[in-house]
Amino acid sequence: MTGHMLHDILALGVPFSVALLLAALGEMFNQRAGVFNLGCEGIMSVGAFLAFLPAWLLKSGSLAPWANVLGFGGAAAAGVLLGGLFALVTVTFRAPQGIAGIGLQMLGWGLAGSIFRHFVGGVTGVEGVAAWPIPGLSRIPWVGTILFDHNPIVYLAFLAVPASAWLLYRTPWGLRVRAAGTHPRAADSMGVSVERVRYQALMLGGAMAGLGGAYLALCQAKMFADDLVAGRGFIAVALVYFGRWSPWGILGGALLFSLAQALQLSIQVGGIRFPYEFAVMLPYALVILVLALARKSRILEPTALGKPYDREMRV
Amino acid sequence: MPSRFRLAYAAAVTLAAAAAAVAVAALALRAVGASPWATFGVILTGPLQDLFGVSEVLVRAVPLTLVGLGIAISFRSGILNIGAEGQMQVGILCGTAVALALPALPRPLLLPLCLAAGAAGGAAWGGIAGLLRARLDVNEILSTVMLNYIAAQLYTFLLRGPMIDPAELMTGSGTPQSMRLPRSAWLDRLVPGTRIHAGLYLALALAALVWVLLWRTTLGFRMRAAGAGPRAARYAGIPVERSLVGAMLFAGGFAGLAGAVEVAGVHHRAIEAISSGYGFAGIVVALFGGLHPAGIVPAAAFFGLLLFGADMTQRSAGVPANMVLVLQGVVILAIVSAKMYLNNPYAQERAARLLRRLGVRIGAVAPAGESDSAAEEAGP
Repeated sequence: MTGHMLHDILALGVPFSVALLLAALGEMFNQRAGVFNLGCEGIMSVGAFLAFLPAWLLKSGSLAPWANVLGFGGAAAAGVLLGGLFALVTVTFRAPQGIAGIGLQMLGWGLAGSIFRHFVGGVTGVEGVAAWPIPGLSRIPWVGTILFDHNPIVYLAFLAVPASAWLLYRTPWGLRVRAAGTHPRAADSMGVSVERVRYQALMLGGAMAGLGGAYLALCQAKMFADDLVAGRGFIAVALVYFGRWSPWGILGGALLFSLAQALQLSIQVGGIRFPYEFAVMLPYALVILVLALARKSRILEPTALGKPYDREMRV
Repeated sequence: MPSRFRLAYAAAVTLAAAAAAVAVAALALRAVGASPWATFGVILTGPLQDLFGVSEVLVRAVPLTLVGLGIAISFRSGILNIGAEGQMQVGILCGTAVALALPALPRPLLLPLCLAAGAAGGAAWGGIAGLLRARLDVNEILSTVMLNYIAAQLYTFLLRGPMIDPAELMTGSGTPQSMRLPRSAWLDRLVPGTRIHAGLYLALALAALVWVLLWRTTLGFRMRAAGAGPRAARYAGIPVERSLVGAMLFAGGFAGLAGAVEVAGVHHRAIEAISSGYGFAGIVVALFGGLHPAGIVPAAAFFGLLLFGADMTQRSAGVPANMVLVLQGVVILAIVSAKMYLNNPYAQERAARLLRRLGVRIGAVAPAGESDSAAEEAGP
């Protein structure tokens, strides 16, 4: 492989990682608080659609410059709402989380798809968010175009990694989240409201999944389609396992996936022919492989993950 | 144990869940500019106006029953199979391939062979997730979802490439579909002029067999025990891991069989979008039917009605068919929430306490330990 090709793969792969990174960081907060949210996929669909909608509606109006801001805001708000709904079902009602997540996924996917078909109809492109090269840094040879020549959301997403680490490990709220997911009874006995912390974590996670979806619609694909998210929400959940519930591990996992995708694209463009369908299969097969290899890290899993907490339940 | 309180409690929880589901669905319908009540009316009564409508409902109920039965087996055994959609597609491919490869076989051999191939293909696809869970502790929800995406790609690849009908290539239309199955691999049509086929009997017979399997055989008891309490089951000497793999083989087999029955009974060839969401709807059918064959059969008929009714509203009122997904999602969320309230003695205790505080006179409610049997029925 030539240096030139490697550069192109890296420059392509870095922005590809953002949707996965945002959603997986959100899911990390969910799981650290003890809730397994498979509805991530559905929240991403709704986020992607709500981000697309203002960009499509305000194409030429006077509000056009604000369309993307509105889109990201709407996606995050919808994520908070859907995260709250999931919290209602799994935290307040204490429903089993795996199957409830599938319900939320269907709900979100169906909502985004049917409202899209009703208002928009067919696949339409939007202008999306333009690249925003960082002055100076983007001129560094080789590295500059890989790291510093993207749209602003890319930089923000990468800043979200240390920010998440700080929030999780260095703030009282992060401690409460980890306590709620590790030993909710102990947290409860110290006066932490496990339910409230789980609600907050699910809402934060929902907002981040919504933003991940918005990124797909406005920055990566610059359009919306029913199957735009295409399993990225589930991949994000798998990345949390792969990343051992830590922000930096998740960053590594997201980059691994996006670079694999970029590699596959550049192989196809490079003229090595193999059926398109097999290329599309690759990331999904990679998820299964990654989950099988991450088996040993299960020891780091938050111990109360997936278990509803009821302070009246006798132990 | 005042059974009147219990009944009232169960009725209230069920009604609240149903009301919440209907309310969310109504909101979603409003969002796409449809009148909720009119749409519900069309969905629930439209298909039942004539024989054709009823037959189409039953045509959809057949795969839903089969998929739902398989999912019920897996859920009862403690493994959440979300992969019925992919297992069905693999079943379609295998059933079609066998029927096309052996067109000269007599009907009494070819038809069962075609269906068995479908079941075997689905079982193999489901077995992958079962093995991964049993051996490598891979979360089965994630692996079955991933296997769905992989199967979908495999399906389009084979139908566009190796398995495409040569006639499609000659005429140049290139519709991704397989050749027509030989007539000896078709299931009989039961009523002339409709698409209803002998798969209906098969589905009903298998529903009875699944009941026997789960509640009248050692194998079924072991699988349910492994699902209800893996630790206790292991202590009792039940090979829990093997039971997980077995449950996934059954679940995949039923989904694969549903695919082969769709081909042999309805379409007579593998076409794109043949399974169109039956795999996901089957999850809802299984939960709605209480993970019990006697509930799954009527639940499948009900969701067959919903699916066909939704098709009708799409044509008549322009309500997007994706709305069915919204409905299914809401129903799942409502069922799992309500189920927890029905089976949780602490929640009952709380409800009773609340009522007493409001001045309602009720006797003692079940002590917390009493509904251990309820926990067994709780499923996942």
